[in-house]
Amino acid sequence: MKNAVGREIPDFLLEGGKEVYQGKNYMDGKYVQKATPKTRRYEKPQESKIVETIKDALIACGARDGMTFSFHHHLREGDFVVNMVMKAAIEELGLKDLTIAASSLGAAHDLIADYIEEGKVIGIQTSGIRGRMGQVVSEGKLKTTAIIRSHGGRPRAIEAGEVHIDIAFVGAPTSDCVGNSRGIGGKSNCGSLGYAMTDAKFADHVVVITDCLVDFPNMPASVEAIDVDAVVVVDSIGNPKKIASAAARISQNPRDLMMAENVAKVIASTPYFRDGFSFQTGVGGPSLAANLFLEKYMDERGIKMGWAIGGICKPMVELLKKGKIGKVIDVQDFDLDAVNSINQTPNHFEMSASQYANPANKGAFVNKLDFVVLAALEIDTGFNVNVLTGSDGVLRGAPGGHPDTAAGSKVCIIVTPLVRGRMATVCEKVVTVTTPGDCVDVLVTDYGIAVNPLRPDLIKCLDDAGIEHVSIESLKEKAYSIVGRPDDVQFEDKVVAILEARDGTILDVIRQIKPYTL
Amino acid sequence: MIKRPTPERFRLRRTMMFMNAQKPGLIKDAYIYGCDSIMLDLEDAVAENQKDAARFSLYHALTTIDYGKTEVIVRINGLDTPHWQEDIRVCVAGGADGIRIAKCESAQDVKTVEAAVEAAEKEFGVEVGRTLLMAALESPKGVLNAYEICSASDRMFGVAISGGDFRKCMQTKFDPSGIDMLVARGQMLMAARAAGIQCFDTVFTDLDDNEGFEAEVRQNKAMGFDGKSLINPKQIRLVHEVFAPTEKEVLQAEAMVSAFREAAAQGIGVFTVNGKMVDVAFIPGAERTLKLAKACGMYEGDLV
Amino acid sequence: MQIEKNAMAGTLESSDAMVTVEPAETGIELEISSSVMNQYGRQIKATVLETLERLEVTSGKVTVVDKGALDCTLKARVECAVFRSCEKSAAGIPWGGVIK
Repeated sequence: MKNAVGREIPDFLLEGGKEVYQGKNYMDGKYVQKATPKTRRYEKPQESKIVETIKDALIACGARDGMTFSFHHHLREGDFVVNMVMKAAIEELGLKDLTIAASSLGAAHDLIADYIEEGKVIGIQTSGIRGRMGQVVSEGKLKTTAIIRSHGGRPRAIEAGEVHIDIAFVGAPTSDCVGNSRGIGGKSNCGSLGYAMTDAKFADHVVVITDCLVDFPNMPASVEAIDVDAVVVVDSIGNPKKIASAAARISQNPRDLMMAENVAKVIASTPYFRDGFSFQTGVGGPSLAANLFLEKYMDERGIKMGWAIGGICKPMVELLKKGKIGKVIDVQDFDLDAVNSINQTPNHFEMSASQYANPANKGAFVNKLDFVVLAALEIDTGFNVNVLTGSDGVLRGAPGGHPDTAAGSKVCIIVTPLVRGRMATVCEKVVTVTTPGDCVDVLVTDYGIAVNPLRPDLIKCLDDAGIEHVSIESLKEKAYSIVGRPDDVQFEDKVVAILEARDGTILDVIRQIKPYTL
Repeated sequence: MIKRPTPERFRLRRTMMFMNAQKPGLIKDAYIYGCDSIMLDLEDAVAENQKDAARFSLYHALTTIDYGKTEVIVRINGLDTPHWQEDIRVCVAGGADGIRIAKCESAQDVKTVEAAVEAAEKEFGVEVGRTLLMAALESPKGVLNAYEICSASDRMFGVAISGGDFRKCMQTKFDPSGIDMLVARGQMLMAARAAGIQCFDTVFTDLDDNEGFEAEVRQNKAMGFDGKSLINPKQIRLVHEVFAPTEKEVLQAEAMVSAFREAAAQGIGVFTVNGKMVDVAFIPGAERTLKLAKACGMYEGDLV
Repeated sequence: MQIEKNAMAGTLESSDAMVTVEPAETGIELEISSSVMNQYGRQIKATVLETLERLEVTSGKVTVVDKGALDCTLKARVECAVFRSCEKSAAGIPWGGVIK
């Protein structure tokens, strides 16, 4: 069945009541029955929940074949937790048929690709997939169909019971002996633990893994002892160098700067750019650089940003410290400046993934957002964006909060160079739709700006401000005139992954890659 | 194949951005930053053993990439190298708008290049005289001979100074006041104006020193330069801002030109604008201001 | 032209291609690897073969390691490698003749 972005969704995926994507806000007003976890009572006073090893924790939580383990990705490419847990479960306890439900997975987890090939891990549900794992899933080696969800779609699915977490593992930079956990104060600091918060509330069992045990009570706790079954102290939960980059530097690349300046120009031309406006930006070169130019416009107009959300990095923290942002609310930290600021700088707060982006709750931050500036691997003439699959069709990206912020914000701006090497970023048809075109408003490239015809109000804003813009078709033609018209990527029939829209409908499917021969 | 329009000898050249002709990623769309001219470099940016490869790249870039209104100049290797003749052949065959003669020291240097250019134009069936020339002065001798160089050929549209080499010859180093280059800049400017061609200042290499760059560009404008050589696209905007005319200058120029056109139509040579006597001698300057204003987005009329 | 000895042109930088040519007895043996194989492999092959044909190269082993080069860059690299293999790359290039 064809969905609202023109993607053919095979019928067998719709058995059991799953729907195809119908357009944004389709689920608005519907009711959801929240799932409740089955958790153990700890009535008898306990001195400590510390167990010796991860294996002991798994046994204490009744780990067995076929279970779903959840993980969060705040330790990013420095993460040791996923591999440590899966190794203990598979190699020490001999478990199989396991499913990993993670907020994101990356090259740090290449080991899991082996477990997939061996058939020990049979399910993957994640908001991001890269490295060897993306390769083996794309090659059709995962036993079940992987499910890719946005950062908001994930807590939605957890709360609705679409994914039931048997054991949630929290990699915690600090914890006390009963599991009150924080992202700061230890040796592998990551700042916010926002993605672990929903998991801890909805999992049957929760295991905290830390490399820095601190005195009870570790307050204010991101994951609370009331939800934790066991605490394991290990030598190291991650490589600090890869957890937080030194500082996300604002790009000096002239192309990035040129695009960033145009992004700020577009923002400043809209009526939403007023005192107290809200803003989120990605950490990509031109997205981040937009901060710099936005600040100029804020100063010129004498206005301040009311609040900013998202993954946070240095430029945002600096604006907060300068008093140019009212509040920063943070689900993840990208660099040490942000890590050291959260819950330390006044008005820099932590939030859960659900609070950030879950479209099924009653007040996600993304739904009050004025502007979001995002990158894209590809964007097509229907304004559909792909941030998941590469030009060879292999899974190597992350929808992350892209679809959530795009759908919730009043103005979603995609900023990307028209071509990268020989890749046309603006194209006829993206390989995979990760953010539907009805949520994307403006495209800023190094060759010009295009506004989604669905937003005549924004077209008028740009016209009134004298900002030149062109049709997205003309940008695509320009791209093809430079790099040539690409051949379609070839796939096998087998569906290897489902891509869910933030509301849980099916936005697209990813099929098994076909080896290319000349 | 892209057919570039016939080059204009006198056009707006506020910004000339250097680009290594050997780097495909750089030259494929250097025009998007909005500089007036790009300078594809076969000389210093290209390693000695890659001169041949750079020419193949350059030829295909010139004949395939649509640079639009951006002028395309090529800096060729010095006359003391084995490369310059083939450099000229590829420039002419590819249809470059102009050639920058490196290390130019005499009128004879210009004439030597001119002869090779003309031969290449004949060889490749290009209209004789199409390919423009500019000279880079890099030594005291070049600066002293500036006037004969500037007036050596009808193809010459401008002259530029190359600070790095010049300072080496003079045994000085960069000084923020510009004192190190004061005489050279002054002498070159006078020679260029006397010969009726344009004059461009050297590159500013410290990309982190925004204040120093701005000070130098302001001095360039005050001294009477037409433009500046650049090494990074992020320098373009400031030069265009500094070189932009004021609103008052634009209004004045517009009034002069339109009054002149009216008067000329009635056969009158001297007329008044806002109470001031004006004659034909003011008009080229006023037209230049309007052209500049148009490029800066300050003038939308049709007088130029 | 005849590929007379081993020669190479280009780099492995992004947007470039490294082309190596080696003499061979008969026929063109072409090997291509590319960062954009799935979408542009066919066009890369066509461009390289067209260029060789234009240069009247009928035999040789040609290896292209492509890093997302545009067609104009591919042509330039193939031509340069072939001219280098004959030691004819420094001067007297037939611009606009077989080089076009």
